[in-house]
Amino acid sequence: MSYLFESFIGWKSYCEEKNMALYESVIEYEVTQKGKSESDIWKNLDKAYQVMKEAVETGLKDDMSSRSGMINNGAKKVYNHSQAVLSPEFQKLISRALAAKEVNSCMGRVVAAPTAGASGILPGTLYTLQEIHQLSDQKIFEGLLVGAGIALIIEQKASLAGAVGGCQAETGSAAAMASGAIVFCLGGSVDQIFNAVAITIQCMLGLVCDPVAGLVEVPCVVRNASAAAIAYSSAQISLAGVGAVIPVDECVEAMGEIGANMETKYKETALGGLAATLTGQEISKRVLIQDIEILPDEELPE
Amino acid sequence: MGTKSSVFDMIGPVMIGPSSSHTAGVVRIARSSIKILGGIPDEALITFYNSFARTYEGHGSDLAILGGLLDMKTDDANIKKSFEKAKENGLKYTFKSIGNASVYHPNTIKLNLTRGDRKIEVIGESLGGGIINIAEVDGFHANFSAQSHTLIIKAQDISGAIAFISSVIAQEKTNIATMSVSRKGKHDLACHVIEMDSGLQPITIEYLKSLPWVKELIYIPDIDL
Repeated sequence: MSYLFESFIGWKSYCEEKNMALYESVIEYEVTQKGKSESDIWKNLDKAYQVMKEAVETGLKDDMSSRSGMINNGAKKVYNHSQAVLSPEFQKLISRALAAKEVNSCMGRVVAAPTAGASGILPGTLYTLQEIHQLSDQKIFEGLLVGAGIALIIEQKASLAGAVGGCQAETGSAAAMASGAIVFCLGGSVDQIFNAVAITIQCMLGLVCDPVAGLVEVPCVVRNASAAAIAYSSAQISLAGVGAVIPVDECVEAMGEIGANMETKYKETALGGLAATLTGQEISKRVLIQDIEILPDEELPE
Repeated sequence: MGTKSSVFDMIGPVMIGPSSSHTAGVVRIARSSIKILGGIPDEALITFYNSFARTYEGHGSDLAILGGLLDMKTDDANIKKSFEKAKENGLKYTFKSIGNASVYHPNTIKLNLTRGDRKIEVIGESLGGGIINIAEVDGFHANFSAQSHTLIIKAQDISGAIAFISSVIAQEKTNIATMSVSRKGKHDLACHVIEMDSGLQPITIEYLKSLPWVKELIYIPDIDL
């Protein structure tokens, strides 16, 4: 089954041939390729989802201020604000994605899904989905497996690392995983799941990684919230049967192409974009260590 | 193309934020070092190089390195409290930053650790995604990831030593993944660093230790265990 998780079309035809659900093929992959037992897989998913829910709750309860001062209990303020711009559910979604990501910025425990920089998106979306639709934990675990399959393909065809593909690779991939998981959990077809992934990627394409002072804080935290919202908008569009026009595999290839051609200053180096703004540079000067012994050019350390 | 990832590389690892190279990788470098030292140090001089030199505080790598020196794992929520924990454990530490060190990986840390009268120097690199490379131990080339089972043997540089050690390992049907040997000089001290796919029995380790030409043997199982 070496061709599995190289393309979405390959994944779909594999599951059709074997008359398998998407999540079942992900389990089969992990058992045959990674030598895990099925019971360990469910146990690990349970642990991961537990840590995700804890991150959401910790972020809404404990003090979340980062050492740089850029992150300062934003999630709680959003959660408790008296005015809901759309609905209380939307307000919760946004604050939960912020909360889990703030925990990451403030050295709390998170699940890197797929990366630490995007660790608020799956917790925020799935926590809220489970609450609104009264889904079982088992359904959410299956959704996580679908999300993992999506990420495995993106990793093969493009990248999941900000340093390689920019922010689209991190928050974009996490949003795609979340969107596919949402459509799966709400009973969408394989085509609808993949369509949601395609639409999400279309919405996240081109996003650069330009972290202020190189820290995983600004704009990472707010981008986790917007990525969560995009995961839901894409799921809503896809469940109604509205197509993405460009097939999902081609959308992922576009993401890879954009990542490959993105300038280095937009790939986690903190040399461009928001990091290079006047304020960004001032913050950088304040939070980065200045007391450094700089070796002369030719001299090598002992 | 590398080995395909696991589902739990996509949904995981469970880790302490904010970044796998600045926290998880740093914790692993420190934990590997205390396995080499033989316990929690009394004193630590921690030098951050190049990219790490400026960013270690913002990313909490100072807390991560102390957490690892106190034997915390990569997902230990107490890493955030490492300064207090270091005080409780009597660990004295100094941080130093050095830039423009061209020979090292951008994310490099040097640890000079003291425990009783034992002193070691370890140079570790955080390669991203929490993966590490221990580049040097006490001035010898090491280059191991600490994710499999690692054997570090300091021995007299005698002919046949490499063949002898590897045949002892082969008796256990243990597969050697990587092996690096370096020495100070001819017939001086040599250092063998051997990464293996599976562990060795205590009796084999004791046997290797008992050889008259073996000066020191350190066995490090997977550091995440």
